[in-house]
This record gives sequence, C-alpha cells and structure tokens, in this order.
Amino acid sequence: MRGRDRMPRLVSHPDEVKVVSKRFGQGAANIDKYIELGGYEAAKKCLVEGAEWIINEMKASNLRGRGGAGFPTGMKWSFVPKQSAKPKYVLVNGDESEPGTCKDHLIFLHDPHAVIEGTIIAGVAIGSKTGFIYLRGEYRYLIEIMEKAVADAYAKGFLGKNIFGSGTEFQIITQSGAGAYEVGEESALMESLEGKRGIPRIKPPFPAVVGLYGGPTVINNAETIATVPHVIAMGGAAFAAIGSARNGGTRLFSISGHVERPGVYELPMGYNLKKMIYEVAGGISGGRTLKAVVPGGSSTPVLLPAEIENLGMDFDQVGKAGSMLGSGGVVVLDDHTCIVEFALRTISFYQHESCGWCIPCREGTDWLKKSLTRFHAGFGSAKDIDNIQYLAENMLGRTFCPLGDAAAMPTLGFVKKFRKEFEDHLDGKLCPFAKHVEVALL
Amino acid sequence: MSPNNPNIETMSIFSPQVAARFDALVERYPVRRSALVPMLLYAQDEIGYLSDAVIAEVAQRIGITELDVRNVATYYSMLRFKPAGKFNVQVCTNISCMLRGAYDVYERFQEELGIGHKGVTADGIFSLEEVECIGACCWAPAIQVNYAFHDDLSPDAVPGLLADYRGKVNEGTGPNA
Repeated sequence: MRGRDRMPRLVSHPDEVKVVSKRFGQGAANIDKYIELGGYEAAKKCLVEGAEWIINEMKASNLRGRGGAGFPTGMKWSFVPKQSAKPKYVLVNGDESEPGTCKDHLIFLHDPHAVIEGTIIAGVAIGSKTGFIYLRGEYRYLIEIMEKAVADAYAKGFLGKNIFGSGTEFQIITQSGAGAYEVGEESALMESLEGKRGIPRIKPPFPAVVGLYGGPTVINNAETIATVPHVIAMGGAAFAAIGSARNGGTRLFSISGHVERPGVYELPMGYNLKKMIYEVAGGISGGRTLKAVVPGGSSTPVLLPAEIENLGMDFDQVGKAGSMLGSGGVVVLDDHTCIVEFALRTISFYQHESCGWCIPCREGTDWLKKSLTRFHAGFGSAKDIDNIQYLAENMLGRTFCPLGDAAAMPTLGFVKKFRKEFEDHLDGKLCPFAKHVEVALL
Repeated sequence: MSPNNPNIETMSIFSPQVAARFDALVERYPVRRSALVPMLLYAQDEIGYLSDAVIAEVAQRIGITELDVRNVATYYSMLRFKPAGKFNVQVCTNISCMLRGAYDVYERFQEELGIGHKGVTADGIFSLEEVECIGACCWAPAIQVNYAFHDDLSPDAVPGLLADYRGKVNEGTGPNA
C-alpha cells in the first residue's frame, strides 16, 4: 500500500463555485484527460500574449496568496526585475503543513497539471526558465503523482527547451522535503531547497530581488499557482467578480473538527462563515453547540460564535474581526472542547516546529508549552494566566519569520476570550472537559 | 557517477537503482547540495535509517563534510538515526485530528503494540510515533503507515489495520516498500 487505503472523501454543496476544484474526481492527473478538459490552453495563450498582459490579468483578478498572507499575486510578480544577471526562478510552495489545512493535498492528487500549467505561466510572466515544485516529504504518493505529471508534460513538449513549439524554454524540477513546518516559510523553503537547515533568511532583500540561489524568485502557494490557469482562462475581471471587494475568486476552504460533513469546499471569497459551518459543512456534529472556530489554520486567533454571525470569509473582513483568513483551514470546536487543552496542543505544535534561531520564539514556545501543560494538569496559579499572556505578547513581532507570531497570536486569543475557562482549571480543579492530562510532560 | 570518486558505484551501500537515481539527482539542480534533503529521505527509505555509512556516502556524493550532512539531517523530523519498525505507524494528534478522537486512536495503538512514542516492537515489525499535522485534517483522525495514509480511523479499526500490515510482513524489499 503505497499511497492511501482509499481516496480522500470529496464533498460538494450547492453553494460551491468550482473553479480550482472543477477537475477534481475526473481523472485529470492523466495528461490527455487534462487536455480534454481544456488544460494547457491558458499556458499557450500566455505564450502568445506575453508577460505584461499576464501580469495585468493577474492584477485585475484580485487573486491574493493562498498560503496565508494574502499578498496580491499580480503585484508580487510585478516586483521581479525584468533584467537580472542571475537566473530567475518560480518556486511553488507545496509544503502544506498549517494544522487544519489539506487543500493542496487534493490539488496534487486530482489536478497536478494545473500546478504545472500555473508554474509555466508564472515563468513566462517573470521571464524565468526554471520552476521548482516543493512538496512536504510526508506527501510521498503525491510527489510521485507530480513527478509522473511533469514527465508526461515533458513528453508532450509542454516543458523543455521549446515549450508548445514557442521557442521559449521552461524546466520544472520537483523536490521533496523531509518533515518541517518551518520550511513552509518562503525563505526557509529556499534554504531547504539549497540543501540546508530550514532557517529563515533576514528580509530585505525580498525573494523577488534575491531569492533561490541568489536569483530573483517568485514563490507562491500551490493553490495560488493552481488557480492561475483558471484566471487566465476566464479573464482576470471575471475571476475578480466571483469574490468580494479586493478579494478575487474562490478559495478552497478545509473545514475540519466538530462538523457533520468535514471536507474541502470551494466557496467564493467573502462567503459567510456561519453559513459555511451550519449549511455547507452540515452544522455541529452530534447535535452539540458551537463553542469557537479557528478560521484560517492553527496560527489564526480563535473566534466566538457571536463574532461569526455576519463574517464574510475574505482577508480584509476576517482581519477586521481580529483574526486572519490564513490558509483557509476552518477548525470547528464544539461545546465539549477544553480550550486550555486545545491551546496546549496548539502551542505544543509550534514548540516542536520552532527552528530555534530567534530566542523569543524558541524560548517563548517552550515556556508557553510548559505553563499550559502545568495549567491544564491543575497546577496553575492565577498569576499564570497573566504570565501566559505576557509571554505571548512579548513574542509578537520579535522574530525574523512569522512562526513566533503564529504561536503567540492564537495563544493570546484563547487567554483573552476564554479567561473564565482558564480560571476553571485553577486551585487543583480537574479539567472540566478533558481526559488527557499529560502530567508526564512536565 | 560522482566525478569526485570514480569508484563510488562499486563502493555504494545502496542498490544499483537507488545509486543510479542519486547519480542523476545531484546533476539536476544548479548546485549539487540541493539534492541533499531528498537524498537523505530516499536513502532512509532503502536502508531504514541514516546510519554512519549512509551519512558518509551521502557526504561524498554531494561533496560536503559528514558533519555538514548531520547538521542538515537533524533539522528534519522525518529523518532518523536509528532503525524504525518495518511499518512505522505515525499517528497525527494535531488539532483537527485531536478533536475527532486522535488520542483514543493513539492510545489504542500503544495498547495493541505495547510501545510508546518512537518505540519499536521486539520483532521489529512495527514502530509508533505521535506526529504533527500530516495534511489530512478533513478526513480526521488520520495516520500514516510509512507513506500510506489511513483516514477516518476509530480505535476499533486499529487491531484490523495492524493485522493487515502483519500479513504483509514478507512483501516488498526495503523498510518503506
């Protein structure tokens, strides 16, 4: 058994607008099927229209980076200098590892050629001859699918010295990681691809100027890249029209946790979060009630039921609500969930993944894990609650890469919004919810 | 074949297929050491872990010191320096899996196998690891056995799954086949 015991469940809902996922479940990993479904036409069009046209379409699309930061893709591409002494590179970030996020998993599985086609288009747009597609090491079976797709694209002449007979060269190299969340950070990913520890680089210079092997580099999330051919095919303005203001198109939302129908759903940007949970994902499982929701992967601050009433899921609206859209990983918590335990599991992850370079992150995540472990085990004091908050606040903005913030932000959210629940763990009281009290970790 | 060492093929600890793959891998990138991280993982797949001999040969193939190889290898959580079981059971307990009962699944594996985190069964067939998010959040709780995903698990599914793998003990060549 090399890949899976069964295919991951595909879900659907009438409110979905299938753009990026429209070929899922249709056998499009096969290159002939992909072509039959209209594949590679966008790349051919881009070779005719040229770089400036592509970047204008991308700008018009309001497509923003799907990795989490939400930076406008067209603008990112336009920052790459036209002339460069060093080779330019396109780098696809498929190191998907933000807890709560499994959308790229489905893209690589069902539509690997969309990733290749998007990479080619990015290459034409910035004048690069080489693209790298980096997947996390755990995704071995998906790496094999990508490698087969790349080989098939070479065999058809869609990659190589003279792609689509246009006289343009473009090569793609697939790369495997070996287990590291931090490598999802763009500069750490470049370090890893250069055969080093995944330690982030100091910025500036930004990758668009000095990136992989010192050359100007565009690095995009795999979902962003897989969206590009669709933007070109339908036109930037049409793509933008699907979404909300300044947030073009659709997004693959990974809805997980305590919902009746967890799954990856493609919904227009700005779609209401409450509807997403109660209608699209079928509501809270087991007839329980909603306690909280983590809207964009484990690094984004938790939201209360009252905060999601009228919340549209786009970068700006979720930001205004005090959280982030992040990677689109919506994690739903029911009223039987212990927030202290959830906060502990979240910080344990960041403690494990901190690369150790920046002291506030290395020490902060470790102290937070120890404090929360003790707290959850019933050995906390009232002062600890303030201390946890103080520690997290002192990590914010004090590290080279966003991992420190990714650990601190959710912690602050839990303490501020669920202080009462922390207090319920005081004075040796047993956790009112959980059964996994890990005293041994102390 | 490494230009630095024409004898490397005859000296290689890897199978001819893997050695040939590595010969091609180092030539693929603008710099040789870009091959390092995947090479270490593929080497581990065949040998079972990063033994001293693996580190030495990888260092030689890339053209860097063994210390440099170790420095990189210790960063990546999938890379290990001692053997795992033939079937390495990796149970995700991160948030999405935890919410859907991952710790119960993990406990059942511990009970059935009689080992804990990073333990190996006496017969060498299984090892167990609690791991971070494996990107199967919507199909939680999920695990990987070597590279194979198993989704939507419950504690009751554990004995059958282990029995299936026990039945495959004599299949395949390498530890991660």
